[in-house]
Amino acid sequence: MNIEITSVSVAIQEKRIVEGISLHIQPGQVVGLIGPNGSGKSTLLRTVYRMLKPEAGYVRLGGDDVWKLTARESARRTGVVVQETPSDFEFTVREVVQMGRTPHKDTFALDTQTDSALVSAALERVEMSGFDERPFSTLSGGEKQRVLIARVLVQQPKLLILDEPTNHLDVHHQLEILELVRGLGITTLITLHDLNLAAMYCDYLYVMQQGQIAAEGAPEATLTRTLIQQVFRVDAIHTRHPSRDCLHLIFIPLEQPSPTNEPPTPA
Amino acid sequence: MSYPSRFWLLVIGLSLVTIASVVLAVVIGPVAIPYDMVVRIVLSKIAPGIMSVDWTPVQEQIVWVFRLPRALLAVVVGAALSVSGTALQALVRNPLADPYTFGISNGASVGAVLVITLGAGAATGFSLSGAAFIGALITMVIVYGIAQQGGQVSPGRLILAGVAISYALSAITTYLVLRASSPGTNSAAVALSWLAGTLGAAKWEQLGIPGFTVLAATLLLMLQARQLNALLAGDETAVSLGVSVQRFRLQLFVLTSLLIGTVVAISGAIGFVGLMIPHLVRFLVGADHRRVLPIAALLGAVYLVLVDIIGRTIIAPSELPVGIVTAAVGGPFFLWMLWQRRLTGGVR
Repeated sequence: MNIEITSVSVAIQEKRIVEGISLHIQPGQVVGLIGPNGSGKSTLLRTVYRMLKPEAGYVRLGGDDVWKLTARESARRTGVVVQETPSDFEFTVREVVQMGRTPHKDTFALDTQTDSALVSAALERVEMSGFDERPFSTLSGGEKQRVLIARVLVQQPKLLILDEPTNHLDVHHQLEILELVRGLGITTLITLHDLNLAAMYCDYLYVMQQGQIAAEGAPEATLTRTLIQQVFRVDAIHTRHPSRDCLHLIFIPLEQPSPTNEPPTPA
Repeated sequence: MSYPSRFWLLVIGLSLVTIASVVLAVVIGPVAIPYDMVVRIVLSKIAPGIMSVDWTPVQEQIVWVFRLPRALLAVVVGAALSVSGTALQALVRNPLADPYTFGISNGASVGAVLVITLGAGAATGFSLSGAAFIGALITMVIVYGIAQQGGQVSPGRLILAGVAISYALSAITTYLVLRASSPGTNSAAVALSWLAGTLGAAKWEQLGIPGFTVLAATLLLMLQARQLNALLAGDETAVSLGVSVQRFRLQLFVLTSLLIGTVVAISGAIGFVGLMIPHLVRFLVGADHRRVLPIAALLGAVYLVLVDIIGRTIIAPSELPVGIVTAAVGGPFFLWMLWQRRLTGGVR
């Protein structure tokens, strides 16, 4: 599905968070949205999954304005994994995944065998079979993230939105989640803090700074030393990933203290 | 046993227990009436003529006019409080929410106490329950009005607005009661007893509307169980699953307020049931509202019927207001259960 974001602006309490952003996602692409804290990434995502109505501009999914779709129709097209504090009430893993069927079910409809099969298949896809009756809250960070991805899978969306899916995960689980997402073959819009992960897993990047797009393009062409200095306020050494054919960055603080001959003080 | 299979056992079991406890409530009392006679009297009322009358008119009156409507009122009120507590906890995603959190019960109390202590009913033509219902609705509008901000209502603001309003309203209630406690009048005592919650005034005529409201509201909520689940997972998640969160929240708030207003108007402010029964139910069947709501209705009903039996008999011939007994029996039981489980099924 084609996703077009055209001249979208968002203000929250009179403060401009997103200013006239346009971006375009080709079907099947994994597009990364990167930028420092507070640059407006999550806010932009919210306009796509209908959480925030932009004050100007529009978001089109497969040609239709999301705000002209019903909430349910929009939810059948877009699946979202957000960073949200879970409530104090416990659902089992299976119940969490079942929630993904919500936009497909009419008020009176009961869960069918198809729904149940979809849930089982999704749990298997994220390698969480056998965890059905486990309380969601007892899972580890990586397991939770995989269950949430299973929930999105049963939603059968054309667009997948992930807001910082690797937050709080150890390095093994970070790679595991992104491999999983990459392998789904669904058009994906993802925010990431780790630029090396963005370079490794995204086809195309949009770099955000203070509510605007500072740069866009393929990762290697986009993540230049100047851009990283300007947007992320660090210096970077460009290297190649030794086993994958992609960019690998090494970061250094911009204002490096002048080197001295003093021995490092033991911690 | 998995939650779903346990659910069906509970539905069947609790339905039977509800019927049994209603029969028990009619059997027990200062004048004991044998249970087979209870059943025969009830059958003869439903289908006149199929039973040969071998009971006295007094016995018939005790069963049909006093005890049965009271037991059925307990069923209706218990179910309503428990179901509305469940919905409110999901509405604000807070395990401490109950019909009191939002001031709705307190609003009803102010209405009722106004009628009792000032005789406002005689002047304006409002019955006690009418005034209580109107008090509940006015409170609902005020709380929602204060909580909303640019058309949006967040759970946090709703709780804060509700708690602030309920304090203000209880201050008014207390003032009214104190003002009425002059020698030569018992209206203060009547008001206090109403505030503690009582089922003593049960009449057949009063059962219809609340019974219908409870049934309709519970069914409506059950049809929206998926949306309730999504809401419990968070606003963003709910939106991403196609729930129009603001509209749904307003609708839930109005529905539960009507439900609470209806039952508080006839039974007074009965505490504990709306807070604790939902938790007990989540212990038993997990957090999925498709299972929680029906079980909450049944368990709330059974609980209030049984607790009212205790209230009627423990200091016979006097009665303890049922609201006192619900908390006195339920509080320690709930603490014991928390202790047993350490970690609860419903709340971490």
